[in-house]
Amino acid sequence: MFEIKNLKYKDILDIEHLIIHKNSVTSIIGESGSGKTTLLKMLNNILSPDEGEIYYEGIEINNYDPINLRRRVVMLPQTPVIYKGNILDNILIGKKFSKCNNYNIEEIKNLLQKFNVNKNLNEPADNLSGGEKQRICLIRVLIMNPEVILLDEPTSALDENTEDMVINFVVEYVKQNNKSLIMVTHSKEIAKKYSDYIIEIKKRR
Amino acid sequence: MILLNGAIKLSIMQVVSAYLFIIILLLIVRKRGLNREKEIIISTTRMTLQLILTGYILTFIFKNPNPFITILIISIMEVFAIQNIIKRTKSKLSKELKKVIIISMLAGTLFTLIYFIFIVINIKPWYNPQYFIPLAGMVIGNSMTGISLGINKLVEGFKNQIDLIEGSLMLGASPKDACKTILDNAFDSAILPTINSMVGMGIVFLPGMMTGQILSGSSPLVAIEYQIAIMLGILGSVSISVIIFLLLGYKTFFNRRIQIRREEL
Repeated sequence: MFEIKNLKYKDILDIEHLIIHKNSVTSIIGESGSGKTTLLKMLNNILSPDEGEIYYEGIEINNYDPINLRRRVVMLPQTPVIYKGNILDNILIGKKFSKCNNYNIEEIKNLLQKFNVNKNLNEPADNLSGGEKQRICLIRVLIMNPEVILLDEPTSALDENTEDMVINFVVEYVKQNNKSLIMVTHSKEIAKKYSDYIIEIKKRR
Repeated sequence: MILLNGAIKLSIMQVVSAYLFIIILLLIVRKRGLNREKEIIISTTRMTLQLILTGYILTFIFKNPNPFITILIISIMEVFAIQNIIKRTKSKLSKELKKVIIISMLAGTLFTLIYFIFIVINIKPWYNPQYFIPLAGMVIGNSMTGISLGINKLVEGFKNQIDLIEGSLMLGASPKDACKTILDNAFDSAILPTINSMVGMGIVFLPGMMTGQILSGSSPLVAIEYQIAIMLGILGSVSISVIIFLLLGYKTFFNRRIQIRREEL
């Protein structure tokens, strides 16, 4: 799915060769400042390396239209991005960006329940706690139905039990729908428990 | 006191008495220790010299109407306005954004001026400086203020909401969708002063142009006709300039890969 060759970025990343497989769960681990988020951003083409190439499905990433690529390879940043409006507006915004207006309200309610967010869809999103915002953003990504989901510490604001429940659900969803998941996590346990592959990035000294 | 076309022509002594007013102001400033005497004296002197010079230049230009001189004056006004926008902006502007300022100022003000000169007021000859120059001054000055406010809001919006913009791009948003809130805010704050002045006009204050016309002996009814026309022109010019500026301006914050150019913030 992704192939990285001779990638260099400032004095943060130096990757000679890396393959990330399709229809798999891959975790990226490493100490802070090692470049985990930077690598994820490069796969979403929101950031470009100084040198080297990144291929997605055999095609160099810069040969894709960046907007279309990001709709296929969606990234969720660590800090939840909340827009003006209610919870439903916030969940649907990703689909709205893709000019796709059809949605299944039952599916959304079901996801809210699965993620343990006991709120009405018409409540203002501003009032949500950090953890709830993070889960709303995850639901936003899931209903966009992308090919690849890139998650940057998706559960950093959640307690251990909720974290496990959320990751478990996302991994199940990815497996059942033949998607690919690449997530940055601080937790080696989560990475070991759920990933098919683990990439460990070492900080350059 | 000399009456001229129904207006009072001020004698030299009357103008001198207006300066006495400033001397009183200076005494108060000094007594209160406000430490601004120098600025008041410099600004009063500058204003006096600039207006005397402008008075003589305009008298000459009005007596000798010439399309080239009119165009030259408009060009000087545009150059000063564009320089002023760039100087007054709090942040460092990229080359591309400076180009957008020039394009939007010229497009907005010239379109409005052409429409007003040829269609609304229908001045003959079109370059008649007595009409063209004051109209251009008002249109260019207000567009300048509008774009200045728009730039500050746009740059501020990019700096403060970079996570929101980048988070939207990560979801596959177009740059326009990702910046929508910032663009709406920038447009609102750019045209707000014009809207506010229109709302208060005639009730809270009498606008400068109308006051000038009335003082110089025109009927208030003639003065309001011009004032209405010029206010609509100003609103149009500010809106067109700011819309063009924002529509082209936000794009300069992205590279060709539709990534945020962080080095420009």
